[in-house]
Amino acid sequence: MAEHPGTVARAGWAVRSWWLITGMWVRSTMAYRASFAISLAANTLITFLDFAVLLLMFSHTRQLAGWTLAETGFLYGTSSVALGAANVLVGSVGGLGERVRSGSLDTMLIRPAPALAQLAAERFSLRRLGRLVQAFAVLGWSLTALDVHWSWDRVLMVPVLLLCGTVIFCALFVGCSCVQFWWGDAAELQNAVTYGGATVLQYPPTVFARELVAGTVFGVPLAFVNWLPALHVLGRSDPLGLPVAFRFASPLAAALCVLAAGLAWRAGLRAYRSTGS
Amino acid sequence: MGGVYLSVARGAFRRYSTYRAATLAGTVTNTVFGVILASTMLALWRARPGLGGYDAAQAVTYIWISQGLLVTVAVWGGGFQDDLQARFRSGDIAVDLYRPVDFQGWWLATDLGRAGYQLLTRGALPMLAGAALFDLVLPADPLVWAEFLLSVALAVVVSFGLRFLATLTGFWLHESEGVRAAMTVVSMFFSGMLLPLALFPGLLGDLARVLPFSAMVQLPTDVLLRRRTGTGLLALYGFQLAWGAALLAIGRAGQALAVRRVVVQGG
Amino acid sequence: MAVIEVEDVRRSFTVRTRDGRWRREKREVRAVDGLTFAVEEGECVGYIGPNGAGKSTTVKMLTGILVPSGGRLRVAGVDPAARRAELARRIGVVFGQRTTLWWDLPLRDSYELARRIYRIPDARYRANLDRCVELLGLGELLDTPVRQLSLGQRMRGDLAAALLHDPSVLYLDEPTIGLDTVSKAKVRGFLRETNRERRTTVLLTTHDLTDIEQLCGRVMVIDHGRLVLDGPLERLHEIGGSERTLVVDLAEPHPPIDLPGVRVVRTEGPRQWLAFPARQSAAPIVAAVAERHPLVDLSVREPAIEDVIARIYAGSAAVPAP
Repeated sequence: MAEHPGTVARAGWAVRSWWLITGMWVRSTMAYRASFAISLAANTLITFLDFAVLLLMFSHTRQLAGWTLAETGFLYGTSSVALGAANVLVGSVGGLGERVRSGSLDTMLIRPAPALAQLAAERFSLRRLGRLVQAFAVLGWSLTALDVHWSWDRVLMVPVLLLCGTVIFCALFVGCSCVQFWWGDAAELQNAVTYGGATVLQYPPTVFARELVAGTVFGVPLAFVNWLPALHVLGRSDPLGLPVAFRFASPLAAALCVLAAGLAWRAGLRAYRSTGS
Repeated sequence: MGGVYLSVARGAFRRYSTYRAATLAGTVTNTVFGVILASTMLALWRARPGLGGYDAAQAVTYIWISQGLLVTVAVWGGGFQDDLQARFRSGDIAVDLYRPVDFQGWWLATDLGRAGYQLLTRGALPMLAGAALFDLVLPADPLVWAEFLLSVALAVVVSFGLRFLATLTGFWLHESEGVRAAMTVVSMFFSGMLLPLALFPGLLGDLARVLPFSAMVQLPTDVLLRRRTGTGLLALYGFQLAWGAALLAIGRAGQALAVRRVVVQGG
Repeated sequence: MAVIEVEDVRRSFTVRTRDGRWRREKREVRAVDGLTFAVEEGECVGYIGPNGAGKSTTVKMLTGILVPSGGRLRVAGVDPAARRAELARRIGVVFGQRTTLWWDLPLRDSYELARRIYRIPDARYRANLDRCVELLGLGELLDTPVRQLSLGQRMRGDLAAALLHDPSVLYLDEPTIGLDTVSKAKVRGFLRETNRERRTTVLLTTHDLTDIEQLCGRVMVIDHGRLVLDGPLERLHEIGGSERTLVVDLAEPHPPIDLPGVRVVRTEGPRQWLAFPARQSAAPIVAAVAERHPLVDLSVREPAIEDVIARIYAGSAAVPAP
């Protein structure tokens, strides 16, 4: 594929804009130090309650739909890291409808920085790191607790999985938020896909109906975040009996997601600029 | 005087009924989470039938009732909180405190109006979806439904009391976003929104049962699943009423402190 | 050279109106309907019209936010909608009712961000900032969080932020709305200076005709998406046949004052409203009134934009749009 000459430079500029504006928001929250300190501490501590639900379930059974606590912890950790990282990077796009209503999207469009980068950095809060810290802690614990023969391909699979999962969730955040270009107050639809999706992925696929699992492979490609690659890492069989290649297809799925999200963003922005709704 | 609050509540009901896309999107979200949590419950009950005194169908029904309550009772926060926080940011809050209508009563009325609308949409629709997708055990007796509605109304009052306190911290912290985020997680966990409180072991279970959060989800579901009848039901109402009254009283005291603070600082 | 070129530009919106409970009706609204004008480099043009006349739609198209439904548009030589990001570096925008400054941070931080986002070279940034600080009196405010600034201080801060990157075109939307007299004077003085010295082209929308009188050599009046007047400021008065009003408070009630060229439009106890041609000076009239009657107080009222437009319409048959 012939690269557009400015593609790399443009991406670099987008990242730099995001970084600059994020920095402004971080310093803005520091103006309310007490509130910030409370919320960061509370968030980090309290996200553990989320994991406590899983622990409580496993206090009543040794296996959930055939999966152990350590295996489920691996799913929980990877799903949460991917969602948490995506939320830190682009979570703010969920406020798109609000930005349109208040007119601040217009302000973003007349600055010489990519509007998506500005939107993704809008109202950034370091509080979001709390969830990520907790997710890494759970993942770290599960890696030590797992009874797995750590061959090099399995070891390598973990960071690749986290990276692709983060990219997929970023694309879902952006893509689903674009709905708000047309339906301004439908922000929750995006929550259903991102937070709902992450919750699905925290549990073993065998918990769910086959139709739902198939939907996460061929519909909204959530299964590529952690379910499919985890089958390889944990050495388990596929409840859908898909070809082994699916377990290694996450980078491809991530690329397709980014493409789809990019198209959705362009279409949405074009609709906004031609309807001015 | 009561007429004012009634029209405030009616206004809030009507206002929420204009957010059609939000209601539809929210219903989809509730249904998605209902399917996820109901599936995990089925998996758990397949391994441990009869856990916590529920059979599998009751456990699944529990999940769908709680999804119907999530937004109605505002376990996740929100409702009047969003409006009130916006008024903090704009500084209009100082004016509100001097209105001739009671500050706390005004916001309670709007929240009850909101809850009424959301019970009919985001309460009922996910439960219908759940009934279509799973086998639920719901009572046929209209009296039980009436008892359920009463406990839902009390649940909204308790939830209001908690959110009102969280928002009041804005007078001192300038921004109550952090407190609110913290309370969301605690509410979700201790209300029984994620897991029936019967599954909480030992001390944690005892703690969950005495905290006000249980009045928001666990207790209304107990009524609809007929786990509490007769004097047990009266005790349940008593518990909700006691917490509701206590929280409103504490909120009132906090409000008085806030007024004094506004006076001292001149807004 | 024309910096802004607008040729037969149109922009329509589809509006959905609720018709009964479920049925919805689509209706097309032409917000801008065949607009043609050109603004030369260094001009300062007042762009006025009643609410909903199409002013902000025009500005949104000129900044590239909105894509026109038809016609041709050029700002600084480029098509705004197609090259929005590129144009962004060459224009400045100030919305009187919405600040772009960072609420919780010192004023200086907003400027530092602008320096990086607009990639302003260090030397130029410092020179521009120094100039703005001096002319707008921002020195002591630089380290103050924006939320603690008064409305007038914030507007001055916003103006500086919009000019740090040396834009060749500046769009101002109600820059003096809600400001006190002193702040208004400061803002207008600064704008006049910038327009004159930097040759910055200014397009100004406002409801305050004094802004126009003091800053703009040329006025465009838009109504229902069409230009109803485009010409030098004096023509607004001539063609509109518009009048200013002298409000006098006499010591005691008096029958309507009789002066040549002056028409009493209203009396109310000791207060009288005297209309006179807008291009005429108020001074001789004031002197003539004061000579005959003891004066307690007086004020001169500029014509409201809505009145001016109503007058343009009243005489529009004789006035072809330029």
